[in-house]
Amino acid sequence: MSYSMWIILTASLVGLSCGLIGVFLILRKQAMMADGISHTVLLGIVLAYMVTQEVSGPAMLIGGIFAGILTAFLVQTLSSLKVRHDASLGIVFTSLFAIGVILISTSVGNVHLDVKHALMGEITFIPFTTMDIPLIGSIPKATALLLLVLLVVIFFIVAFYKEWKITSFDAALAASLGIPVIFFHYLFMTLVSVTTVASFDAVGAILVVAMLITPAAAAYLWTDKLIVMLFLSGGFGVLSAIIGYWIATWLDTSISGSMALATGCIFFVTFLLSPKHGLISRLVRPAELREEQEA
Amino acid sequence: MVSSVINVDDLSASYQKNKVLNDVSFEVKEGTITAIVGPNGAGKSTLIKTMLGLHPKLTGNVSFWDSPFKTAKKKIGYVPQRGSVDWDFPTDALDVVTMGLYGKIGWFRIPSKKDKEKAMNALKKMGMESYAHRQISQLSGGQQQRVFLARALAQDAELYFMDEPLAGVDASTEKAIMTILKELKSNGKTVLVVHHDLQTVPEYFDHVLFLNKKVYAHGETEEVFTKDNIATTYGGDMQWVGKGDQYVIQSTSH
Ligand SMILES: Nc1ncnc2c1ncn2[C@@H]1O[C@H](COP(=O)(O)OP(=O)(O)OP(=O)(O)O)[C@@H](O)[C@H]1O
Ligand SMILES: [Mg+2]
Repeated sequence: MSYSMWIILTASLVGLSCGLIGVFLILRKQAMMADGISHTVLLGIVLAYMVTQEVSGPAMLIGGIFAGILTAFLVQTLSSLKVRHDASLGIVFTSLFAIGVILISTSVGNVHLDVKHALMGEITFIPFTTMDIPLIGSIPKATALLLLVLLVVIFFIVAFYKEWKITSFDAALAASLGIPVIFFHYLFMTLVSVTTVASFDAVGAILVVAMLITPAAAAYLWTDKLIVMLFLSGGFGVLSAIIGYWIATWLDTSISGSMALATGCIFFVTFLLSPKHGLISRLVRPAELREEQEA
Repeated sequence: MVSSVINVDDLSASYQKNKVLNDVSFEVKEGTITAIVGPNGAGKSTLIKTMLGLHPKLTGNVSFWDSPFKTAKKKIGYVPQRGSVDWDFPTDALDVVTMGLYGKIGWFRIPSKKDKEKAMNALKKMGMESYAHRQISQLSGGQQQRVFLARALAQDAELYFMDEPLAGVDASTEKAIMTILKELKSNGKTVLVVHHDLQTVPEYFDHVLFLNKKVYAHGETEEVFTKDNIATTYGGDMQWVGKGDQYVIQSTSH
């Protein structure tokens, strides 16, 4: 496969996993948590590096899972101690992130990890580090990791589809039916973490938030059905990846930045055109109908 | 002898350091329909949540049919306050009702055709079948409440907890809901309802529980639904709008 095809494939995998996870971030009203976790996984990755002395996919995943769960746990604990939820999140994620930054710039700084790379990602280098997988052949490491994570994400979404739905919509009812709401909260945070870690190499910590939130937010405006929202959001994620690559080649600029820009464009178009909430459909709707709707 | 369905013993609960329930004890008999009344912030919702293990208890014990909640939960249905969920969630009425069955469907399985039928029947009972595929944000408040009720019916429980099912509904929805509650009662089910309209208590409920952090009175409506009990429970928060023998009360904190 050609160099650019690998990049497009990798970017699309990021778009797809993030798009799927993003749907539940939006519906569970935890978009801010994604922002937090995208920063704190840095700490997990650094710790994993310090323990194993190498930048390997599995070690990073475990580090990321650890950091994600730690974040969720600390936020929960602080909130239960009367700290406002948004403040707890701010405190936890900046502190953990700061620890990560300090560790990077002292002990492991000159090696493979640098802050700029972690924050911005560098998808253009991805095709150069490959591994061999039986039957498939040589494939970039980051791509293989993303593929694995995508399969994990899809598996958990499908296996627990009704549990995700009910714990997102009505956690109290779910708990009264005996569904382990807390377990699903942490499982979800774990999925957010692994998705973030796997996307790190490609798009970095900051732009992964755009990939997590924006396609899902756009999909939310198009449909009334959860299943459709999942497909749309995943589709928007892939579309952003492709459009982003195209913009980047055209303007000769950062691919990850262009991808994030593309998600923004898709959201903007949605905002104008979406059938229910769109600006245009609101403007062209006859006045009586509008009044009736607003009444 | 009628056996008791709920036994609450010395229950207390708090939010952080704020104690909102203090030594609450009462017993509920099978086949009764009980109103839980008290001013805003009295801890009515908290009482229900604590009994169902949705909120941690500080002290005390709650049992259903002499066993803990965990073993009894399949026989218990819960209707939360309508404002407790996001009605913009991408789902339709039938789907929400089907959620009532998720506990029985089991892991790794999706609702079957039979489950959907059950849910549809529950919607029919609430007169909502024509709204089955309507997105839930496009339902009126009363219709949303009917959907919640339908979900509880679909659960086919023995014991129901309902948090203000009559809040903000019109007369016909109120009638529809009360008809269902009476039917549940006549089928031997037990129902506990958080209720705000004191005027209708004697008509709708055979038992009353006065709650304001602690239990002020509890028993059969004819015996305990007195001006005195109302006054002590509501404290300074209420004013009388005297109309002869009728209990017309406005809670000023409303
Ligand atoms: N999540 C919470 N965190 C902190 N305090 C809470 C929380 N929920 C309720 N409270 C407090 O606990 C007390 C009891 O609340 P609860 O919701 O049980 O009252 P209620 O009787 O159901 O009131 P209403 O009639 O308004 O529904 C109130 O003083 C309230 O301020
Ligand atoms: Mg309440």
